[in-house]
Amino acid sequence: MRDRVWIVTGLLLFLGFVTYPVWHDLVAHATSRPPDLVLPANEKQCVAPVSYMRTSHMQLLLEWRQSVVRENKQKYVAFNGKVYDMSLTGTCLKCHDRKEFCVRCHDYAGVRTPYCWDCHLDPAQFKRSAR
Amino acid sequence: MFMFEKAMVGSRRYWIWVGALLAVIAVAFGFYLHQLSYGLGLTGMSRDVSWGLYIGQFTFLVGVAASAVMVVLPYYLHNHKEFVRMTILGEFLAVSAVTMCMLFIMVDMGKPMRVFNVFLYPQFHSVMFWDMLSLSGYLVLNATITLVTLHAEQQDVSPPHWIKLIILLSIPWAISIHTVTGFLYSGLPGRLAWRTAIMAPRFLASAFAAGPALLILLCFLLRRQTGYDVGKKAINGLAVIVTYAMIINVFFIAMEFFTAMYSRVPGLTEDFEDLYLGTVSHTSLLPWGRTSIVLMAAALVLLLVPRMRRNEKTLAVACALVFSSLWIDKGVCMVVGGFIPSPLGTLTRYVPTLPELAITLGVWAVGALMVTVFYKIALSVEIAKEASYVPAYEFARTAGAVGLQAQAGGAALAPGSGAPGQENGEVSGKGEQEWHQ
Amino acid sequence: MKITRKEFLKISGACLVAFSGKKALAVLESPAQSQDSPAAAGKLHKQLGMIIDTRKCAKDQGCTKCIEACNKAHNIPDFQNEAHRIEWIWKRPFGDLFSSYETQYLETSLKDEPTPVLCNHCDNPPCVRVCPTGATWKREEDGIVMMDWHRCIGCRYCMAACPYGARSFNWVDPRPHVADLNPDYPTRTRGVVEKCTFCSERLAKGQLPACVEACTEKALVFGDVNDPKSEIRQVLAKNYTLRRRAELGTGPNIYYLI
Repeated sequence: MRDRVWIVTGLLLFLGFVTYPVWHDLVAHATSRPPDLVLPANEKQCVAPVSYMRTSHMQLLLEWRQSVVRENKQKYVAFNGKVYDMSLTGTCLKCHDRKEFCVRCHDYAGVRTPYCWDCHLDPAQFKRSAR
Repeated sequence: MFMFEKAMVGSRRYWIWVGALLAVIAVAFGFYLHQLSYGLGLTGMSRDVSWGLYIGQFTFLVGVAASAVMVVLPYYLHNHKEFVRMTILGEFLAVSAVTMCMLFIMVDMGKPMRVFNVFLYPQFHSVMFWDMLSLSGYLVLNATITLVTLHAEQQDVSPPHWIKLIILLSIPWAISIHTVTGFLYSGLPGRLAWRTAIMAPRFLASAFAAGPALLILLCFLLRRQTGYDVGKKAINGLAVIVTYAMIINVFFIAMEFFTAMYSRVPGLTEDFEDLYLGTVSHTSLLPWGRTSIVLMAAALVLLLVPRMRRNEKTLAVACALVFSSLWIDKGVCMVVGGFIPSPLGTLTRYVPTLPELAITLGVWAVGALMVTVFYKIALSVEIAKEASYVPAYEFARTAGAVGLQAQAGGAALAPGSGAPGQENGEVSGKGEQEWHQ
Repeated sequence: MKITRKEFLKISGACLVAFSGKKALAVLESPAQSQDSPAAAGKLHKQLGMIIDTRKCAKDQGCTKCIEACNKAHNIPDFQNEAHRIEWIWKRPFGDLFSSYETQYLETSLKDEPTPVLCNHCDNPPCVRVCPTGATWKREEDGIVMMDWHRCIGCRYCMAACPYGARSFNWVDPRPHVADLNPDYPTRTRGVVEKCTFCSERLAKGQLPACVEACTEKALVFGDVNDPKSEIRQVLAKNYTLRRRAELGTGPNIYYLI
């Protein structure tokens, strides 16, 4: 039973490691708060209700992708009757700023965006370089 | 699981070999990670030659995988008993070769993380879909066969009856995997060098020469390293198969040559021009094509003379010639040659880069490692079995010799690698013969 | 309830077969997308095609307006390394396009004349036939051979299948090599195959393809070859045109007016 010391030490270390997310903030006196999202200035209503977008915006984007690329249908009739162009860069990013909206929430939630930005462009980068 | 513990004991030589293979794999993996992040631009492929070494190796190895049928068919369908000690080796070679094929496809993909799309969005009109399906099926079949038969061997019981159905299924399936791979090329309208009905038969002929040639070489190697002897009859039988297959393969090439050079259709003559003749244009493939023909001719000479075919030294040379000439013919000339000239007439040079070569070598090392581990396991079972009972029938002579050698410590296997319960030396009455009645 | 490992594996295997069988049935029951030309099936749909008037084009042999317009509109990268080049529309000597029509005595001016080359949007496209994921397909409503860059796995089988060399592969990340990014069109990523899509995004907005619009000589005539009243049909009726490697049965829809 001379190993008891090592076993207990190991267990304690493991417990500490596993519960890190819980005690880190307490120790560092940091408070975790929701991300500071910068909402679009020009539009108050998105293409779908906020609650839906929060849970299912990726589903919506996949439906849009299927529709535009494979079915050649570009127009989306929103829940409120407004018609939008189904375009990530052209519609979504017309209002939302990628860095100050999308990335902030994704970083907070720890959800890596799929490879969208490998191809799709961020209009903000053009405005920035134009400035 | 699956007796892997048998592969964990071995001599110093064994571990040096395994270590070397692992080192090659590790280096190749490093290069592959770089390729993943940088892109396939790391290779020597280009807009004109869009398939290169990776797909060439894949094409060649499908043939090697299919060649297991050349051992399985005579043994299980025609009861050629002399192949009994070789079938498990052929099947394990098939499993390793198919795995290598799949790895070569994976490293060649532009977006390997999306490869599952082939199963999510199957396109039944695409030959590649059927190729994927048939290769996966063949892997499952052979893995099942080897697992079940080896396990039965180890327990010293007959394999279950249903395995015979699976083995019989693997015979046409083996033919199909290489036919489908041939169809990948022969169904394309645009590249005349490939658009020949004889493509799939040519693939099969070269497969049935190259694969068994490799198997013969592996058997020789095994005998030297471990004393496991498949038997002179088996080697000679397989050598005859290699000879016939090589004759047919060279015949097919001659057929293609005639059609191209007699009809003088530019699209066809260009192919032979670039690969073998070099009278009008001098492409980078010319030395490869010429070497392959010379090696094939040399191999045929050695194989056709019975005295030389039966002499193991010359047979080994012949098999090496067969394997290398067909590796060049299929892996280099046929695949890369189809892209030269391009549809707009350019002769683009294809030179594999160092990372490409390293990754290729790494995949071969994975295959070699699999063969090593599988053969180690198989041999541990076989030799343990033979060392422990008094041989009762005609295989006794070879089996006995092996048994004595193993007991004398000449084998490279460590003690204790056999299955327990075999030590009592009782005669195991069941064996291959009974099961096949 | 005690269950042996063997029984467990048997049951799991049966379940796996059942589930995959269900999926297979679903796929088989879904209506198969017609890959062959709707034109062949009764000429009900549009088939977009293009005439390249080489006589007008040859007036300025060094002109690359169509190529530049396409490259700008679609963020096509420019590579120093020829091997990695991406070409949707480009120019090659006439003799290279039509090697089977070439004679020893073909007037040298025509033989070397730079002629635009692009995807032929074939009636019977071999590239579509071979794609294992359906990342390229022939659109029913207008006959364009389309690309889905989300689905492409980069196997490059379509590149091997295309008899015209119309397709390019992204061997490396193209974005750093794009001189002037157009915000209205995505770039592509490394590892996918790309080609001319007849400017499907412009057609959706009722515009002509960028190359057609950019040609100052009006050498590119674009339209529906299935519509007897279209401009392209009028031109085809009055002039002799060639198609590349028509004997292969691919049914190319790019007509070269000699």
